[in-house]
Amino acid sequence: MDLATFLIQCLNSLQYGLLLFLVASGLTLIFGIMGVINLAHGSFYMIGAYMAYALAPVVGSTFGGGFFATLFVGLVLAVIFGYLLEWVFFSFLYEREHLQQVLMTYGLILVFEELRSLLVGDDVHGVQPPDFLAGTIPLGEMMTYPVYRLFISGVCLALALGMWFVFARTRLGMMIRAGSTNREMVQSLGIDIKFLYRVVFAAGVAVAVLAGMVAAPVSSVYPGMGNQVLIICFVVVVIGGIGSIRGALLAALLIGVVDTFGKVIFPQAAGVLVYVLMALILLWKPSGLFKAG
Amino acid sequence: MMADTHSRSRFAFVALCLAALAVYPLAAGSYGLDLVTKIMVYAIFALSLELLVGATGLVCFGHAAFFGIGAYAAVLLAPGYEPVSLGWLLPASVGAAALYALFMGALSLRTQGVYFIMVTLAFAQMAYYVVHDTPLGGGTDGIYLDAKPVLAAGGNTLIDLDQPLAIYFFTLACLAAVFIFLAVLLRSRFGRALAGIKANEQRMRATGFSTYPYKLAAFVISGAIAGLAGFLFGVKDGYVNPELLSWHLSGAVLIMIILGGLGHLRGALIGAFAFALLQEFFKSEAIFGDFAKHWHLGLGLAIIASVALLPNGLVGLPALWRQRLLGKPVTGRGAPSAGDTP
Repeated sequence: MDLATFLIQCLNSLQYGLLLFLVASGLTLIFGIMGVINLAHGSFYMIGAYMAYALAPVVGSTFGGGFFATLFVGLVLAVIFGYLLEWVFFSFLYEREHLQQVLMTYGLILVFEELRSLLVGDDVHGVQPPDFLAGTIPLGEMMTYPVYRLFISGVCLALALGMWFVFARTRLGMMIRAGSTNREMVQSLGIDIKFLYRVVFAAGVAVAVLAGMVAAPVSSVYPGMGNQVLIICFVVVVIGGIGSIRGALLAALLIGVVDTFGKVIFPQAAGVLVYVLMALILLWKPSGLFKAG
Repeated sequence: MMADTHSRSRFAFVALCLAALAVYPLAAGSYGLDLVTKIMVYAIFALSLELLVGATGLVCFGHAAFFGIGAYAAVLLAPGYEPVSLGWLLPASVGAAALYALFMGALSLRTQGVYFIMVTLAFAQMAYYVVHDTPLGGGTDGIYLDAKPVLAAGGNTLIDLDQPLAIYFFTLACLAAVFIFLAVLLRSRFGRALAGIKANEQRMRATGFSTYPYKLAAFVISGAIAGLAGFLFGVKDGYVNPELLSWHLSGAVLIMIILGGLGHLRGALIGAFAFALLQEFFKSEAIFGDFAKHWHLGLGLAIIASVALLPNGLVGLPALWRQRLLGKPVTGRGAPSAGDTP
């Protein structure tokens, strides 16, 4: 492997890892703060990707188009969707056992997948990146790297920073952190915990949808894409330590590297490497790299 | 005396179910026979997981590994066109699953809670990729079982699993045996220890129980029974593929027992039947016409409705009705003890 290939693989790992982080961060938030095991989280990613495919022409005809306009409309829809979903389906689940939540969110996966099939069909679709991001930059003498992939990494990094800022530096973040430690205490201090949960849930959904929208031009849009990302995101969440954003970032980057280089170096065993990594890490540290706190 | 009549009516319910299954072939066509055989295999599979999840409180998300290993062993250990004896193929297949369960359990029981769920998934995925990516079991194409096993004694064939009726009754016998075995096991000292581990593992340890061997034993027994289910599945279809080890199947069996109601052996039975029959119902073109191909939608909505309306699973339904009709409070809500079975 020469230097240019190595560099490209590094950039690919970074991009994949950051994208995983984006989806997994919503999962770890909902998991860590609200204690809900949300199997339907992968579906939000899928919904985002299909939005990127289906919304672009609609937004194009009403607002005069534009890539960022589509992203914005998608994001607004996602927040509304997440808010309503929490209200209707999740708000009565917090006191139930974890496994009841698993059952409910499994039902939601089936419903979302089938609604997708009814509304958009079962075909695989490609999504074009916007013109101004469609180019490539040269790397070395022979290789080039698509600008759009760099753009994905940039968006993910910006969001990661934004999330860190909200959590560590704002009043809202403080309330959320307090709410995850002791729900009753926060409630008795006069903070509307139900509303807070709804906001966190909506934010988690929005981030996953955004990840799907941004990823659509690279991954293309296909049935079952949500389930594929779901399992790998659970791996990220668990390796990082449940509820830990920092852990999720580190774990996502680690998995990005292992998966990308695994596919190049051991193409035969690429699929299994991630799971071997997870098993080894959990046998070494039985509650993930960073314990939530 | 209330408890006595309760346990008697539960026993009567299970006995009635098994009796109904025993006379079912009289009324069934070949499709129905195959369907119910498949559901009974899933019921055995669900019972095996119930031992871990419902009775011990260990949520295993990699149970399809044992199912798949049992099925693959049944095919790989019987190559060629000569029927192999059931007498050693069955124990060998179950043993293979139990062996992997010993390996997986010994390592993954070091972790707890959600981490345990994910480690079991990881080990199951490893087994999945071994059969998926290596030529050992035919790769993604799977392999066929050319000659189904038979049980012969003194030159006479006693059981020939090539016959649909034979495999039906053999599966039914296995289902009854597994159910009785687990019911007895959970009432034994061992079963009480598992119930104690589920309720409070710290306290069990404080009272002098070394909990790890108990959990490991439960894990291996559960894996072996799942291997039995896999063996039956592989022999029934005469074909195995890597999907038998996929996490989708691990998830589906977990959904079955939650749907049925955790903490009761009959919950696993009811859950397996409810899940499979709901699937059949929503897939039925006679009822839904062209919409039948979107059967996931109906199944998903039915599952969501069951979570919203039945907090204790389908098993809790009679108690709920009793409460509605007679105004009596539901007793024994929440996680029941192992003594609550069958």
